[in-house]
Amino acid sequence: MKKQVYLYYRFERFWHWAQAILILFLGFTGFEIHGSLDIFGFEAAVKWHNIAAWAFIVLIVFAIFWHLTTNAWKQYLPTAKNLKAQMEFYVTGIFRNTPHPTKKTILSKLNPLQRLVYLGLKVLVIPVMVVSGLFYMFYRYPQSGDIETINISGLENIALVHTLGAFLLVVFVIVHLYLITTGHTVTSNLKAMITGYEEIEEEDADEEAEEEVRKHDIPV
Amino acid sequence: MKRLITVLLILLVPPFILMGIAGMGGNGDDETDYVPRKQDPMYQDASVDHSKFEELQKDFNNAHEVTKACLSCHTERGKEVMSNAHWNWERDAHIKGRGVTYLGKKNLINNFCTGIAGSEGTCTRCHIGYGWEDKSFDFNDQSNIDCLVCHDNSGTYRKAKGAAGYPYPSIDLGFVAQSVGSPKKENCGICHFFSAGGNNVKNGALDKALLNTTKDVDVHMAKDGADMACVECHITEKHQMKGKYYGVSSMDRNRATCTNCHGARPHEDNLLNEHTIKVACQTCHIPRYAKANPTKTRWDWSTATKLDEDGKPYSIDNDEGQHEYLSIKGSFEWGQNLKPDYIWFNGTADHYLLSDEIDETPVQINTLKGKYSDEDAKIWPVKIHKGKQPYDKKYNRLVQMKLWDEEKGQGALWKDFNWALSIEKGMEYIGLPYSGDYGFISTEMTLPLSHMVSPADQSVKCEECHTRSNSRLAKLEDFYMPGRDYNAALDTMGSILIILSLIGVVIHATLRAVSASSRKKASANK
Ligand code: HEM
Repeated sequence: MKKQVYLYYRFERFWHWAQAILILFLGFTGFEIHGSLDIFGFEAAVKWHNIAAWAFIVLIVFAIFWHLTTNAWKQYLPTAKNLKAQMEFYVTGIFRNTPHPTKKTILSKLNPLQRLVYLGLKVLVIPVMVVSGLFYMFYRYPQSGDIETINISGLENIALVHTLGAFLLVVFVIVHLYLITTGHTVTSNLKAMITGYEEIEEEDADEEAEEEVRKHDIPV
Repeated sequence: MKRLITVLLILLVPPFILMGIAGMGGNGDDETDYVPRKQDPMYQDASVDHSKFEELQKDFNNAHEVTKACLSCHTERGKEVMSNAHWNWERDAHIKGRGVTYLGKKNLINNFCTGIAGSEGTCTRCHIGYGWEDKSFDFNDQSNIDCLVCHDNSGTYRKAKGAAGYPYPSIDLGFVAQSVGSPKKENCGICHFFSAGGNNVKNGALDKALLNTTKDVDVHMAKDGADMACVECHITEKHQMKGKYYGVSSMDRNRATCTNCHGARPHEDNLLNEHTIKVACQTCHIPRYAKANPTKTRWDWSTATKLDEDGKPYSIDNDEGQHEYLSIKGSFEWGQNLKPDYIWFNGTADHYLLSDEIDETPVQINTLKGKYSDEDAKIWPVKIHKGKQPYDKKYNRLVQMKLWDEEKGQGALWKDFNWALSIEKGMEYIGLPYSGDYGFISTEMTLPLSHMVSPADQSVKCEECHTRSNSRLAKLEDFYMPGRDYNAALDTMGSILIILSLIGVVIHATLRAVSASSRKKASANK
């Protein structure tokens, strides 16, 4: 039996798309600052990168609050169960039309690979980008006089860490964009993140889970 | 939930847009509160009309008498003048590694006309005194001061050529004395525009064009702008002028600064204010120099002393009418509308002294100190003037030749065209040993630029420095600059990762499509 299930809450979808736009925008402006692109002009790129960075930070603060208060953070707890099967699916199974090894449920929307990668983004790459970005912003060159903020002898290491993270994010975006086409149908994942609903195999356990969710008053 | 999102949208979107729009406006502080002296009521009416003073209403027999007349009222000014560098042509300065020195035009050598020793009679045309012909000049006689060269407001006063600072005999000294006032551009310019023997030759941004120019060339001095006089920035109290020329100065003190009027954080955009920590105002605001007339970029003394068939000195001009060759001075190169070079500079400098041994080529005539890690150093625009000039091959020192004398036969290069003799005479005059074995060696002089400030909208753009190709700061390699610098290994690795992921995606997608269509065929066949 298949059923339309409400998988992605309204805030979740808003956060996802806002984050997507901001990361893309930060990527384009950032790599213009880096000297790899020429779109906005260096001056504008710097201005917009700084503005988008602050918007990104505000968004992250709200997202953290949401994840904590809804227990949604548990979605990202890594698991070894099905990890190998999931990898095999992408390497071979997908070409033989074998079914997805991990069933999506409300309490577990992510397959084990997604859990690992998204967790890595959340606890490693994005914090590193925010922290190195803020250091970059508030870095001050060796100076005398009365403008005092962070005084480190050079900008180089900060910039290198920030650039490394930026490369990783670009690679993530490429792979992510492709993998969203590997759902039930090519567009089913995309539709789900837009409407919130996805058609998934129904199991009895899911009904219970849905009940659970309602009982705990997780916002929808 | 809906409310949360609305709140978030309100929080996130408008500031984003507002900040963007606010940022687009640029740094619109073109207007300053500055009132030029000419329009400032404070300065409009002189409190004194010198033409009404009996002391000045007479025929002066000589220039010294004028000075005495000035000092008879301005009794203490003589002492003030005698303690300034315009009078002494040297200053006390502490230089790291040398201790306390007394350096200036009096005893330094450069790579333009080199130095005054032995040739005072012509060089002191730009000294604010009368009669500095040789070492015997009395620096303590106040009647030797030339008040008029700075204070003449009639525009008729001129010092004569080769007359040790005395004016042309034809000048009506009484009239000049009655027309004195605060120094105008013309007074400073008569020496400072023409230093090194011609207009704009030396500094490249001190040009007679500044007497009547537009904002494009110099926002401060433009006739259609603030029309400021030199002394409005080079503020002078008790005859001590603010300002430094690092061809002769060594210490970071009593400088004329932009911040004096503009403040330390003059930009609306804080990102630009932050730049002022490490970047001098001049770096962005003087995008080019020698904007109106060319300046000398190279002076090769080694070709001097050639004479024509009649045994006479000659000159060759280039297409634009500048000297390309002069028998008395050698060969020159000129440049106009030039992009400055850039260096780290902390406001202190060292100089090549005639007693120094040469330890590098090109010989650095002056060395401006500073590097990235130096807290006081900022990036400065400079003109680098290349030279080739005589040195003692045996003692390995630059030498000073005697350039000028009233008469032939005294060993002056410009009269006798004899290198060996002129060097011998010059070194003998200074009192330094000379082996007799001379050659020519490359030298360099570094001149910081502070004049010919452009209007704000013409200042250097971000991407002229923050760029990988042809950055204005390409030569300053001791720090990381966004947009210019990158780690090649990291960039290569990152690009490879991106390419691999793209290839992976394409292969995977193709395999999926192929396998899906073959499955379709298979099921159709069934
Ligand atoms: C809150 C997060 C972020 C902050 C605070 C931040 C801040 C900054 C700052 C201050 C700069 C230097 C530009 C300047 O001088 O103004 C910079 C450069 C850069 N940013 Fe970000 N950024 C953030 C996120 C990102 C993201 C998500 C990406 C990429 C997807 C990115 C990519 C880059 C790149 C490539 C550079 C150029 C580095 C270089 O060449 O030195 N940034 N960032």
